[in-house]
Parts: sequence; C-alpha cells; structure tokens
Amino acid sequence: MTAAVEHRDRSLLTRVQHLLHAQATIGPAVVLLVSVVVFALLSERFLTPGNISLVLQQVAVVGTLAVGQTIVILTAGIDLSCGAIMVLTSIVIAKVASETGLPGLPALLLGFVVGTLCGLLNGLLVTRLKLPPFIVTLGTLNVFFALNLWYSGSATIRGTDMPSLLLWTGQTVTVGGTRITYGSILLVLLVAAMAFVLKNTAWGRHVYSTGDDLEASRLSGIRTARVLLSVYATAGLIYAVAAWTLVGRIASASPQAGQTDNLDSITAVVIGGTSLFGGRGAVVGSLIGALIVGVFRNGLALAGVDVLWQTMAVGVLIIVAVSLDQWIRKVKA
Amino acid sequence: MTTPVLRARGLVKRYGRVTALAGSDLELLPGEVLAVIGDNGAGKSSLIKALSGAVVPDEGEIFLDGSPVSFATPIDARKAGIETVHQSLAVAPSLDIAANLFLGRERRRKGVLGSVFRMLDRQGMREEARRQLDALGIMTIQNPGQAVETLSGGQRQAVAVARAAAFGSRVVIMDEPTAALGVRESRAVLDLIGQVRDRGLPVILVSHNMPHVFEVADRIHIQRLGRRKAVVDPRSVSMSDAVAIMTGALEPPGS
Repeated sequence: MTAAVEHRDRSLLTRVQHLLHAQATIGPAVVLLVSVVVFALLSERFLTPGNISLVLQQVAVVGTLAVGQTIVILTAGIDLSCGAIMVLTSIVIAKVASETGLPGLPALLLGFVVGTLCGLLNGLLVTRLKLPPFIVTLGTLNVFFALNLWYSGSATIRGTDMPSLLLWTGQTVTVGGTRITYGSILLVLLVAAMAFVLKNTAWGRHVYSTGDDLEASRLSGIRTARVLLSVYATAGLIYAVAAWTLVGRIASASPQAGQTDNLDSITAVVIGGTSLFGGRGAVVGSLIGALIVGVFRNGLALAGVDVLWQTMAVGVLIIVAVSLDQWIRKVKA
Repeated sequence: MTTPVLRARGLVKRYGRVTALAGSDLELLPGEVLAVIGDNGAGKSSLIKALSGAVVPDEGEIFLDGSPVSFATPIDARKAGIETVHQSLAVAPSLDIAANLFLGRERRRKGVLGSVFRMLDRQGMREEARRQLDALGIMTIQNPGQAVETLSGGQRQAVAVARAAAFGSRVVIMDEPTAALGVRESRAVLDLIGQVRDRGLPVILVSHNMPHVFEVADRIHIQRLGRRKAVVDPRSVSMSDAVAIMTGALEPPGS
C-alpha cells in the first residue's frame, strides 16, 4: 500500500521534472501567474491600469538588459558589465547630442556602436586571453564605469537638452486604458526577435551548444570563439538599446543611474529559468523573470510590506530558481 | 594490390622533448575494420589525431585514396570525408538528437525563409536523423527530438556513431567507443561498427579492450614506442601474443 503510493508520487514528480526539462519557461510562467493573482487579491490597486503601466516601465530597462544577459549566460558566461555599458552608452548619446547638436538618429547610432564595441572588448578578452567571463566583466565593469564618470564629468544631462528621439522610449501609447511606454514595446519586440533567432537559426543553436559543451562544439566544427565574440558584441548592442530606454525612462542621462541593474539583469535571467551553467534556457523566460521581480516588488509595496522584505523575497526567489535548475538537470530517461 | 583508402607514411610528432610518433605508418584497406592497439604512450592518440586533423604532424605524409592530403584542422579532415567519433563523444547534451547529428552543418529552409531569415529546416533534419538511425538499426531511440542528456551512455554513443556514419564518406575513426559502456551497451556499439563496415565504410577502431578488438577487427595494427610494430590477423594470432607484441615481450612473427 505505502509502496504503491510512493511509486505514484515519484512518477508524478518525475513527470513534472520532465515537463520542466523540456519547457524550462513553464516554471517561471506559473510563478508569474500565481503571484499576479495573489497580489491582485491582496490589493485592489494592483491590477489598475496605472499600476500595470508602472510595473511595465520599471521592468523595461532591466528586461532589455536581461535579453543581452541571457545570450551571454547561455554560453555559460556572465556579464557583470552590462549596466556599466548601458550607463556609459546613455551618457555618450546624451552628451554628444546635447553638446555638439548632433541630431537624435546619428547620436543613437553612435550609441549602438559604442555599446557593441564595449561588448566586443569583453568578447575579445574572453576568447583571446581565455580569461573567465566573470573576471573579464568584473574588470570591464570598473573600466566602463570609470570612463562614464570621466566622460560625463559626473554631471547629469537633462532631457530638455536632448533631441526628442532620445526620449521617445519614455513616450506612451494607451492600450485599453493602460499607458505603455515605447521602451516596453521595444523590449517585447526585442525578446520576440531574439527568441526567433535562438530557436530557428544555426547561430542560435551554436550559442546553446557552445554553452552546453565547448569542446564538443569545437570538435563538431563550430568556430566557438567566433560564436562567443558575436554573443558578447550582440549583448553590447542590446545594452545600448537599454541605454535608450533608460534615457527615456528617467528623462535624463545620469552617470549614477542603473547601479543595481548589473545584478538585477542576472536575477531576471536566473529566475526566468536560464541555467548559469549554460546551454539551457530561453529569452522569453528572462522577460518573465524580470516581470516576476517587478511584480513582487510592486505587489509587496502595495500590500504595505517594507522594502527590506521585498529584497529578501527576491533573494529567496533566486535561490529557489537555481535549486530548481539543479534538480531539472538531473533528469533521466 | 588494392590501394589503401587511408595511408600514413613516416609520421613524426614531437611535443618538446617527447616524441609521440617516431615515424609511424598506417594502412587502412577498403571495407575493413582496422583496430589500433598499443600500450599507454605508444602513440595511438597522436596517430589518430594526425589522421583526423586534430594535430598536424611534424613530418610524414598522409594519403587518401592514393593522393596526398594535409589537414590543418578537424574540419579539413571532415571535408575530406574522414569522420571521427571522439572518446568524449562531442555531443551537446541539452540539444536533441537531430540537432546533434547536424551540429555544425545545419541545413536551412529553402527560399526566403532560409536565405533571408536563416531559418533552419528542423523538420527535414529530424526526418534525416530518423533515417540515419534506422539505417544503422538503432531502434532503441524512439524520437530524434529527444534531448541527448536523457539517453543512456550506449545510446549517446550510437548518436555519435550515427553522425559519423551519416557524414563520413571515406573513413570513420572511433576512439575507445566502448570504454565507458556496460556489457550490453558495448555489444550494441560493436554491432554498430559492423553495420558501418557493411555499408562499405572502413573503420579505424582504437581500443584497449582486447576481446572487443578480436571480435570486430579484420586486421590489428600494433603500435609500440611511436611506431607501427606489426599488423596481425586476429584469426591467426592469439590475444596474449598480441599483448606480448604490444608490450615488447614478443617479437612479431616473421620479423
């Protein structure tokens, strides 16, 4: 009797494990759904258009960073410098446009170049000097942040001095009573595009296999150094897009902005079900992960919970997510 | 006399002061399984690496179907039709079977979807993977969409062998394919080696396992001290004599 029950329990658990193994995004999606329902029950204000709009705005910057962070983590890397690249880029586009009178579009394109070059530097250090990504990006985090302070002179650039295109990401469009920023829409489009590329192109497959088993990928004829280089450079470009969203969000460019975004993007990726060991995960999961963090912080605040407990809740989520990943990895046939 | 499919002459490979290959020869005849055996440090690995493009020999020549070739990378060797099943298997565990079979040589869709959007022909690759697995009689694998990490060691080995057989047009090299496997799984892989040979692809099998070598090999190349010491016929030489030649305790017959 007992044995039979045990057997059934185990097979149910094993089925869940297999499901999560095949579809790593299901776990985070369920967590997001449940937390939305719970917070809606706890506070009437949670599901109001104004509040949804606020959460989406809060998530847009970290969510965009998380798209770049996802592809880096898929290769079993990590990018601690993403926030620093974003802030440096935001200062460059804002300062160049406001001081030299360069129009919005070329200033933005210059920002994309700067972001890509920063990412490329990370990629070169990882592939040429064969340093661990953690160390490389810990170093460049400080390098980029110092450049940012030097170039900005530690001064904030006001939005009123910038061309309107740079602030466009903070503009809103009203959908069903909810005001959504173009930055949030940009994020959704970026996630959709990256999800398509990862799933449907050889490059996407090589990103996964390089993170999964570098040596096996090399022996299979994949030029893994080139894959890694392209991943870090693409991530840099995406951080530059995040810079645009950041400028729109705070309607200025501040050298002190986004200090916590480096780690917050990693948090979003990890809670979204992407494995820190590489080769497993999805960019849609990272968007969901960013939303979970946003919803938790907002929902707990509305429920009158102190900020320190919000932070603790996020910490617990991270540990739960990584434990889940470890468990899923042990799946058997 | 038939032209060897693959022939190596006087291969030398030095690593600093260590000479791994001291003028080694090798001949692989059409349609045969040639086993390569040797003690640790005899130069088996270096020999195989030279043939599969993983290392570039310092001296010596390699001929494929009688014409000289030189491989700077494993990709060059693959392009020439030499596929290697590495001891580490070289499969990406989180990708599915079909993705692994086509890893590094994915097929794209026809038309705009493939040329502009770079979309992979997933369906086509899955079907081809199924055909390759069926052709080798690998029936234990049900679904080519299954992740490789959910497979047993023997099944993974089968995927790696299927990949080599699917793309190898001249030679398949297998490095210790049964080293990490249990009895039943080894059995299946040995059968696979026979299947590959029966399809007309000659196989170079590197193995430490004498019973396995004597079971599937048509000829046995014995490597010793960086050179080919002898090539023996498993039907006329006993296992203990082969080991004795390998360790230097016995001079090969006819020398």
